[in-house]
Amino acid sequence: MTQDLVTVTIDGLQVQVPKGTSIIEAAKQAGVLVPHYCYHPSLPSPAVCRMCLVEVEKAPKLMPACVTTVAEGQVVHTDSPQARKARTGVLEFLLINHPLDCPICDQAGECELQDYVFQEGQAGTRYGDYAKRYNPVEEFGPDVLYVANRCILCTRCVRFMDDVAGAPVLNVSERGDRAHIGIDEGQLLDHPWAGNVVDLCPVGSLISRDFLHKARAWDLDKTASVCTGCSQGCNVTLDTRDNLVVRIRPRANLEVNRHFICDTGRMNYRWMNRGDRIEAPLAREGGHHVATDWEPALARLGGLARKGGSVVLLASAGASVEALTQLRALAGQGRVTAAVQVPLAEQEEPLQGVSGLALRKERAPNADGARLVGYGTDWAGAVRAAAGADLVLLLDVTLTDAEAALVGGAAAVVVLGTTLEQVLPVAELVLPVTTVAEESGTFVNRDLRVQRFQQARTAPGMARPAWWVAAGAAGADLGSAAEAFAAAAATVPALGGVTYADLGLNGRAVQSPGRRADGVPA
Amino acid sequence: MGYPHPSHPKEQPVLSKHFGDAGARTFDGWVKRGGYAGLKKALGMTRDQVIDEIKASGLRGRGGAGFPTGMKWSFMPKEVTKPHYLVCNADESEPGTFKDREIIRWTPHQLIEGCAIGAHAIGAERIYVYIRGEFTQEHKILVAAVEEAYKGGALGPSAFGSGRRIDLVVHRGAGAYICGEETAMMNSIEGRRGNPRIKPPFPAVAGLWASPTTINNVETLSAAGHIITHGAEWYKAFCVGNPKSTGTKLFSVCGHVQKPGNYEVVMGTPMRDLIFDMCGGMRPGRTLKAVIPGGSSVPIMTAAEIEGCAMDYEGIVAKGSMLGSGGMIVMDDSTDIVYQVMRLARFYAHESCAQCTQCREGTAWTTKILERILAGQGRREDLDLLLDLADNMTGKTICVLSDSCAAPVVSAIRKFPAEFDAYISRQKQPVMVTV
Amino acid sequence: MSTAHAAGESHEPVFVGPTRAKLEALFPKYPTRQACLLPALWLVQEARGWISDGAIHEVAAELGVTPAYVKGVVTFYTMYHTHPVGRHFIQVCTTSPCNICGAEDVTRAFLKHTGCHELGATSADGRFTVIEVECLGACGFATPVLIDDDFIESVTPERVPGILQGYK
Repeated sequence: MTQDLVTVTIDGLQVQVPKGTSIIEAAKQAGVLVPHYCYHPSLPSPAVCRMCLVEVEKAPKLMPACVTTVAEGQVVHTDSPQARKARTGVLEFLLINHPLDCPICDQAGECELQDYVFQEGQAGTRYGDYAKRYNPVEEFGPDVLYVANRCILCTRCVRFMDDVAGAPVLNVSERGDRAHIGIDEGQLLDHPWAGNVVDLCPVGSLISRDFLHKARAWDLDKTASVCTGCSQGCNVTLDTRDNLVVRIRPRANLEVNRHFICDTGRMNYRWMNRGDRIEAPLAREGGHHVATDWEPALARLGGLARKGGSVVLLASAGASVEALTQLRALAGQGRVTAAVQVPLAEQEEPLQGVSGLALRKERAPNADGARLVGYGTDWAGAVRAAAGADLVLLLDVTLTDAEAALVGGAAAVVVLGTTLEQVLPVAELVLPVTTVAEESGTFVNRDLRVQRFQQARTAPGMARPAWWVAAGAAGADLGSAAEAFAAAAATVPALGGVTYADLGLNGRAVQSPGRRADGVPA
Repeated sequence: MGYPHPSHPKEQPVLSKHFGDAGARTFDGWVKRGGYAGLKKALGMTRDQVIDEIKASGLRGRGGAGFPTGMKWSFMPKEVTKPHYLVCNADESEPGTFKDREIIRWTPHQLIEGCAIGAHAIGAERIYVYIRGEFTQEHKILVAAVEEAYKGGALGPSAFGSGRRIDLVVHRGAGAYICGEETAMMNSIEGRRGNPRIKPPFPAVAGLWASPTTINNVETLSAAGHIITHGAEWYKAFCVGNPKSTGTKLFSVCGHVQKPGNYEVVMGTPMRDLIFDMCGGMRPGRTLKAVIPGGSSVPIMTAAEIEGCAMDYEGIVAKGSMLGSGGMIVMDDSTDIVYQVMRLARFYAHESCAQCTQCREGTAWTTKILERILAGQGRREDLDLLLDLADNMTGKTICVLSDSCAAPVVSAIRKFPAEFDAYISRQKQPVMVTV
Repeated sequence: MSTAHAAGESHEPVFVGPTRAKLEALFPKYPTRQACLLPALWLVQEARGWISDGAIHEVAAELGVTPAYVKGVVTFYTMYHTHPVGRHFIQVCTTSPCNICGAEDVTRAFLKHTGCHELGATSADGRFTVIEVECLGACGFATPVLIDDDFIESVTPERVPGILQGYK
């Protein structure tokens, strides 16, 4: 289907974009970033901040790039003297009431006001003779604080709550330079997706209490990852400092979560920093566990797997495709029962303004990946089968006492685990594996989209990725997560042919034969 | 006009003919005075015929923009697929302007008739008259007149038996000058904050509730009945030589004249005649210092600049200002120009809707600088700063409130530099204390 | 900043009886309930003299919008009071056209004769509140003053005591 294309020249570079594209988006294609505040690709555009004014030849006035659509043959100058003066003007106006809070403001280092002032603002202010306004900090919700002094009235937060969250609990109150963001006193900003207003705020006006004064933006390492909270698979960035995950932020993926994540996913990082980890391979000698090296541990695991007999795999639905595939391969071609534990919540929490986006009932990131690799979801049945199995392999699961008692009935139990509570006294081997934050791998979300996550922190002790453990025990020669994924792609029909390069950092949807009407694979 | 002064021979009372005549206020009184003949005639014409007549008359918007009314009406879709709306702008808040109030309080039916003609011309079945909240008495008068108009058959499911439905709703504002801006007015009618909208889309395409809408000023609509009754040629003949500006205009003259009030004159009448003949000139012992001719949002004119100034759209532009709403603020030599410019800046700062950065912050900053100057703390650089801020505030915002704040400031600094120097050089005593 | 009131103060519904009838008479005049907001707020202020948080919640519920939304509208328009004011609310225009005709003297006269010591404050006997307002649209009749719903033209300082007599 052909689209009407329009040719425009932006800062001397010619681009072709679909008819109806705004100048600001067309400029991105020309590699030009037009400075802006109130514009956001996932929100309706009000053109109020006036930062994006650009010079358009033959137009009588400067035009706001965010709402002006391209016209054939248009010539745009985003950095002409007129455009620059207008921008410097806006910055100066914003700074007359905006306090010099940078030394105590969380946004410093990732602040768009700082960025643009540094890029093209004035070195000093002409507003020296007057006091700045003062307003107290307000608690909008359990996590969101509103520092009114810093607000530049871009209204992104109001538009997000109105149009994307569908919960108009924020407003602009009063008029003129008395205007500020308001919330109805009886309300809290506790919508399941409200935390996004903190990301949307270009300055440090809406801030997160959870992140308050925790870390400076420039001290953070930022790693592309995927949220583990549910089967939606929102793309996230893990921010780490000194090997601790201190914050999760959404990462843009126009096919999945656009620019947003829910509050549940946002706060779901503390477990990544747990210190009570299994740090060395443990082998059962004479009735108790003794620390050992990987080589003997893997050899012993390989021996157990080769013995044959019935094998039961009990895995977390948060395990990666790579791990689940290698574990399945290790279990061999005999009688194998493989199941993942998928925690189910009562409710979904959709973000009404983005179709297909919600906090899902399946509160695990890779249930569909597990299904594709051949795991079932009848956990109770698999646990019962474990009671009489020859070999039970557990991957990152914490059993209840009742489940542990059943599993204890197996001939041999091997635990691939992360935290100490997963250790079972009856286990022949307890092997330390990495969490999603400590390895690279892939998940498959509920829409059968395969997405990569990357290692954000170093693994504790001797912990290794579970795919490495299983492959090593089976004698397979896999040196990297990419090779492990290639191995998975070779054996799982639905993944056929897909490589890490194909996936990039936003993933790719694959199809599975036999999908049910509701989209869940049969 | 009989109110508040008898008509001056140099006036041309058309809209103001019955000002001061309480009998003109009722439906029957208006009919007796020749009213509603225009509406009856219009209802027998097609939409296009009415629009053509208004176009030919040369009527231009009397609210401030001066846009040709017939052309504005012709922007409405020919086919009515969504409801069309006519909005009458009775928000009159431009400092210096007080003409629409008089039209409503003395001749509400003149306005109702004009609205109905406009509604017919643009294919609208509903008119919203947006009247500012402070016009408490005019609101009551208008509501009563609308009731009478329904009873008398001018409004309703079949206006004067024509089969055309014409309804009129009076919508009260609540204290916001910015709601006089047409897109802000639509937001206010929709039950929102009075924020101006970005254009496009234009109201004739997507206005009230995303439907085609036309917004016209009270004075503009009030002329419609007369034009239809007496014809375009009759209206066009009210002209002093500039064919682009025809008809009569109500000038609201206030400030330092002997006889402030509304004066209806032929477009092109010399400004000197208005101030010195009709308004009786200055108070005893006083000389003219400055005039702001079009409501406060236009450049200030010096006493010298009013000489030879013809009061029409082009004539006032030729003298460096604008006709605007025709609200003429006359200032004599007792006026502290700096103080009044500060007071105007404070007005704009109070009324800014807060959307655009330049307006929200710039109007307040401008006010603060002027207050400092008046408090005896001004510096020479403050004038350059004011001019630069004015430049940053002009041509860069969604609406022109920001520009309107800049215009009197810039013109005052350029044309009355001595007034500012007197404060800055500390020759003049401070008249304010800054907090 | 925001005018805070104790949450949980009980609110007597405004839209009952004749006021309810007036509210419902608005509905056919606009294609949306939301558009009835400004007239509905006027009904509240006419009934109660000001618009409380409870009233804001009630209006929101009637019109199908959120209280935050209503509050954003209420605080935009300066004629709506968000806190109680004196029995008689006096608004004096002091914008330039009236300013050059002595409007500030008129304001001072009102402050003096009402016993209100400053603009925006209510007199000790609860009778008056005086504020300065922007252009009232009667510039040729300087200085115009709005007292409650009475629009009084051509006020001078000398007339002030006499005018106030009429407002108990």
